[in-house]
Amino acid sequence: MYQKSSYLIVDGRSYNFTISKFLVQVKTDIVAAEMENKKETKRKGRSQEDRNANVYRENVAIFQEEARERLNELEAVMLELESRPDDSDLVNRAFRAMHTIKGSGAMFGFDDIVSFTHDIESIYDLVREGQIEMTPELIALTLQAHDQIHKMLGNQDAETEAENSIREALSRAFQSFLFVGAAEEQTVEPTAAESTQFEEPNETRTYRIRFFPATDLFADGTNPIILLNELKEMGDCQITANTEKIPDLDEIDPESCYTSWDAILTTRHPLNFIEDVFIFVDDSSDVTIEMIESDHAFETVAFDKKIGEILVERGDINEKDLEGFLKNQEPIGEKLAAAGIASVPQIQSALAEQKALRQLKESKEQRDTLSSIRVPSDKLDKLVDLVGELVTGQARLTQIANTSDNISLVSIAEEIERLTAELRDNTMSVRMLNFDTTFNKFKRLVRDLSHELNREVILKTVGGDTELDKKVIEQLNDPLVHIIRNSLDHGIESVEDRMAMGKSKEGTIELSASYSGAHVLILVRDDGIGLDTDTIRSKAIERGLISADAKLTDHEIHFLIFEAGFTTAKTVTNVSGRGVGMDVVKKAIEALRGSVDIKSIKGEGTSITLKLPLTLAIIDGLLINVGSEHFVIPLSSVKECIELTPEDVAARHGRHLTNIRGKIIPYIRLREQYHIDGEAPEIEQIVITEIENQQIGFVVDHVIGQHQTVIKHLSEVYKKVELISGATIMADGTVALILDINKHLQYVEKESLEQV
Amino acid sequence: MAKVIMTVDDSASIRQMIAFMLKNEGYEVIEAEDGVDALAKLEERSADLIITDLNMPNMNGIELIKNLRANDTYRFAPIMLLTTESQEEKKLEGKRAGATGWIVKPFNSDELLACIRKVLT
Repeated sequence: MYQKSSYLIVDGRSYNFTISKFLVQVKTDIVAAEMENKKETKRKGRSQEDRNANVYRENVAIFQEEARERLNELEAVMLELESRPDDSDLVNRAFRAMHTIKGSGAMFGFDDIVSFTHDIESIYDLVREGQIEMTPELIALTLQAHDQIHKMLGNQDAETEAENSIREALSRAFQSFLFVGAAEEQTVEPTAAESTQFEEPNETRTYRIRFFPATDLFADGTNPIILLNELKEMGDCQITANTEKIPDLDEIDPESCYTSWDAILTTRHPLNFIEDVFIFVDDSSDVTIEMIESDHAFETVAFDKKIGEILVERGDINEKDLEGFLKNQEPIGEKLAAAGIASVPQIQSALAEQKALRQLKESKEQRDTLSSIRVPSDKLDKLVDLVGELVTGQARLTQIANTSDNISLVSIAEEIERLTAELRDNTMSVRMLNFDTTFNKFKRLVRDLSHELNREVILKTVGGDTELDKKVIEQLNDPLVHIIRNSLDHGIESVEDRMAMGKSKEGTIELSASYSGAHVLILVRDDGIGLDTDTIRSKAIERGLISADAKLTDHEIHFLIFEAGFTTAKTVTNVSGRGVGMDVVKKAIEALRGSVDIKSIKGEGTSITLKLPLTLAIIDGLLINVGSEHFVIPLSSVKECIELTPEDVAARHGRHLTNIRGKIIPYIRLREQYHIDGEAPEIEQIVITEIENQQIGFVVDHVIGQHQTVIKHLSEVYKKVELISGATIMADGTVALILDINKHLQYVEKESLEQV
Repeated sequence: MAKVIMTVDDSASIRQMIAFMLKNEGYEVIEAEDGVDALAKLEERSADLIITDLNMPNMNGIELIKNLRANDTYRFAPIMLLTTESQEEKKLEGKRAGATGWIVKPFNSDELLACIRKVLT
């Protein structure tokens, strides 16, 4: 022990040391023994405990030696400071001395030294920062404090009142310095103490924990697996990793964390235990912990038992007697009314409230018991396929029934038709997911991107409960990421620019979903800088997308950003501007049989609307025929059907245009387009369709009528066939092609451009 | 193989206290008295975790962390900072410099080990 302590002996003091060392040792032994008694460490064996106590004592002795050394240094520093009060190095040394005494003192239970030193340390911290001046008074006071700490070090027994008052006087003197300087610094100890008192043990609760690590998580040595394992140790825990943020191999940065995790944890540990798991990553990463279930709910049900029920359960009375007794019993309301305590209307109102509450509770319980079940999605896909087959079969049945004279067969066919439609709608609704989860992902994206780009952006989401086919939602992810990235990078201005323009400091991106007939509209709106038509125009001319003298409306110019290879970003950033983006968005949305629209006002913002069909698998179509061929036009885009007479055609001199109520609309002759043999009837039909305010007509022989269309995708071989989006099997077993209206529209535009 | 933990503190008592707590749990411990000493000792022998004090002469804890993060071997290594609860600001500064987490003084053996288990596999 002496050997170890000599480690700390300052040269020149070792002679006196042995005696004082001995005294110190005696005292330390007493103190340490007492502290060990208080601690009562049960988890280790007796011999271990003894060893611990021994080492503890040893360490206390070392601390005392060390503290004395520090005090000597402090003394020397003070003396030097008297002649050089501006020497920051000296102030630093004084601060460090105090700091070490305090820090180590706390470790070894010298609590009075800790609290005494704390104020002095704070003052020197302020001196270091230049907020308090080093004065002779402060030096004198510190020297007094030095003597005081010396005394306290050797004397851990209860101090006398006189000593106590000296210490307090000194503390007050130091505090007065603190108040002269900037004294806002308050320790947060009380709140820390409070939070630990929040424990409500022995209650099982289920939490939903969502952990979105910062991308640079690994840079500070954090291993997320350890945190997840810690969660697992706390109870029944299911963790799922979200890996969709992981980029392609050539874009991946192996030093970044792209994965996020969701955990469902059922545990008896209180909430702050779970929060503690993430304590080191809390300010850099997004962690949300929500309680989704507690057994409180069940308790209330259990507590709700009536006394009669309990007595029956215990076998103290039997059920018959109880019923008989209850029959004679008047309800409490009537009793109260009879006694004149409450009026009849008062009681009726109270009863109404009671009834409402009960209903609320019942409906809640019903919801809870029904809740939901998890089904693998491929089972659902299979179900949808089967419903598709059923719809096809039903169509054949209806056709046969209609051609027969058998009334009962017709009625059965109608019945089947109705049921099939209902089954179809139900099956589709099962596949529906709401936008909530998708929206949440974007909150994270916006947070990260705004960080990266140094913008301040709030993401508002509206209509998270809007439902859309699972497949559509999945495929919407990438396009939405592109749009939001663009909004952030090109749309929202930097904080300074926004302030200069008199806008709020934070930019807003609104993401909303809503129903519109058989479609869902998804709107991404930002209040950023808006599109600059001039820039887009010159860029488009430069890229050869439009001719220099093309006359375009603002709206048409805005649409140019969806052209392939178009980017106006002056510099290529990480976030956007690689020249892919908006054209990919448009393609992806069109692949989902949806459409894109854009509105923008310069200086005020941009909004992009995605219009998507509710479902992908079965649509309502309009069945038409040309000669022996059948086609289906999605009913949602059909506007009207009119006749095309030979006179109309003649009036246009062979150009494929028709005039409908003053509006010139181009049309496509399907017979010519698809080289179908046979003569057209004298009066043809023209089906006018509309997509995003653009109209196009299809000239056909006959319009047959509405048709439930089960979409069959064309095989890979035909993937270059752009104008057809799929096929469907008809009642008689023949195949009808489904026209892609959007593609036809583009085709016509291109044709007319080439003609010009 | 036992994990190696380096404890960096200019206070010998703290250093030894930590060393004692860790050795009891079967960790191997390297002691260093400041940032410069720590870097020199890590040249000779590598550590799986570094626990460092903030205020030290020669090189303080923040600078040590910055130095370690610039070193390929310790770029992703866990580093814990010893602080007192009043040093909220320092805690953040440490975090920014790349500290994995922090241990608030005073702490007992259980608290220290719980913190270590958070960052060391």
